[in-house]
Amino acid sequence: MTALAVSLETVNLLYAVAAVLLVFGIKQLSSPRTARQGNFVAAAGMAIAVGITLFHPDVDRYGLMAAGIAVGTVIGIVSARAVKMTAIPQMVALFNGVGGGAVALIAAAEFHRLAPDEGALPVDTIAGILFGALVGSISFAGSLVAFGKLQELLPGRPLTFPGQIIVNGLLLAAAIACGVGAGITESGVWIVLLLVLALVLGAAAVLPIGGADMPVVISLLNAFTGLAAASSGFVLGNNALIIGGTLVGASGTLLTILMGRAMNRSLANVLFGAFGAAPAAGPAAAPGPGGGDGAMVRQTTAEDTAVMLAYASQVMVVPGYGLAVAQAQHVTRELADLLEARGVRVRYAIHPVAGRMPGHMNVLLAEANVPYPALLDMEDANPELNRTDVALVVGANDVTNPAARTNPESPLYGMPILDVDHAKNVVVLKRSMNPGFAGIDNELYTNPRTAMLFGDAKDSLERLVTAVKAV
Amino acid sequence: MTPELIASLTIFALAVFLGFELISRVPTLLHTPLMSGTNAIHGIVLVGAMLIAGSADSTLEQVLAFVAVVFATINVVGGFLVTDRMLHMFKGKRPGEEDEPR
Repeated sequence: MTALAVSLETVNLLYAVAAVLLVFGIKQLSSPRTARQGNFVAAAGMAIAVGITLFHPDVDRYGLMAAGIAVGTVIGIVSARAVKMTAIPQMVALFNGVGGGAVALIAAAEFHRLAPDEGALPVDTIAGILFGALVGSISFAGSLVAFGKLQELLPGRPLTFPGQIIVNGLLLAAAIACGVGAGITESGVWIVLLLVLALVLGAAAVLPIGGADMPVVISLLNAFTGLAAASSGFVLGNNALIIGGTLVGASGTLLTILMGRAMNRSLANVLFGAFGAAPAAGPAAAPGPGGGDGAMVRQTTAEDTAVMLAYASQVMVVPGYGLAVAQAQHVTRELADLLEARGVRVRYAIHPVAGRMPGHMNVLLAEANVPYPALLDMEDANPELNRTDVALVVGANDVTNPAARTNPESPLYGMPILDVDHAKNVVVLKRSMNPGFAGIDNELYTNPRTAMLFGDAKDSLERLVTAVKAV
Repeated sequence: MTPELIASLTIFALAVFLGFELISRVPTLLHTPLMSGTNAIHGIVLVGAMLIAGSADSTLEQVLAFVAVVFATINVVGGFLVTDRMLHMFKGKRPGEEDEPR
């Protein structure tokens, strides 16, 4: 079959155009007003890069490619459409993982193609292949574990054993040794060993990290995949890959640091801290299974809470992951509308990591048409909480735990929190007394000003709506 | 070092700085969409996967290339669509702009 070849110069020129569009897209994605357009611009750049590749002089077989693109497109569209807004974080993890997997497979295929050639491979080519195989596989396995944790297929709590960091270090050393072996002998056995070790390492590195830290991990793996993609650009001599991959590698690294900062955690702490492991010296309350000190917790009813809400002058809703899981953003809005009709001022206090990713809660509330000015970020919400009659905590836990301010023994200590305990009354909507995602007891619940309203967040809110109407 | 490698390294170094500069002032609100958007962009490996698939000779290479194309396509298509769904939620609201008169 004759190739539809365009000259290599033309192809490379269009890659440059595509790269400019990708840069512009990222630029626009980082401003709220232009973000959506930025996503289109980046997608257009991608379309140009992919489209012109069909005319690349090296390409003369289309069957395999067309079939692969067709299958991938269908899977991509279906999964992106079907996913609920609450499950976005794990879907991003999954998309990131397959990207990393693609890089590792490209590296393996390139090694297989080039290794039997006469003479030794150039050092930069072999280095690019090995880097792609190593980092791509780590990203693939790590992302799948992150997905498993967020989807609750795997336990969200950190899975640890003694000497874990040493074992992971040995795994990395062994993988690199296999890489050296592959470079010297150019034998396929070594690269297969490298891939296997890297997969094990990727899974082993993410397993000990608690579910609450997963967004930071996904962001870091995102940066890894970007760098791995750039390395395959070096191997294939393709500038579009180098630019696209490197941009993601660099911006992803910075984004990871920014996210860590929002939670007051260093990257090293996230990766090696096994956050949420039961602290040796526990908080004041006895760390009984699932909060055994139930006697000190005050339980309330929807009717009592409704009266309190209806006669308040300011109510602060503190939404958390529980709200997202229960898909309760719409009924929250309904309750807020009822209260506003009675002259109650209703606002929302959004912790930077409410939900499971920074900005996740804003997306969910925007979906329910909550007016933007009603959303307060942490700095604005905390002074307002002092003037708030009722703080309604819907499925948020760790971001309201006063131990972060008061108890230096707590793993949460130092994390910026919403000072919910400063409100005159606190009502916590919660399924049970089980500790939060990080697995730490919350002393807010035993505060005398706090009342608990047990049940699924959506059910409880619906009962509140009915009760407020009846007041 | 070949001239091509030096040119590639130059591009790489500039892209690192550009990547840092581009998002150094991003609001928390946009962290999740931005992560998802850049996630889609590293789907550019699809170009690499296509180059391999378009010239693979042995069966092993063809199998590897096929799976790589499928994976990378999922990354690109799924990534951009999910990002768009997220950003769609912000439609009509302009954070950072003047508050809507109420």
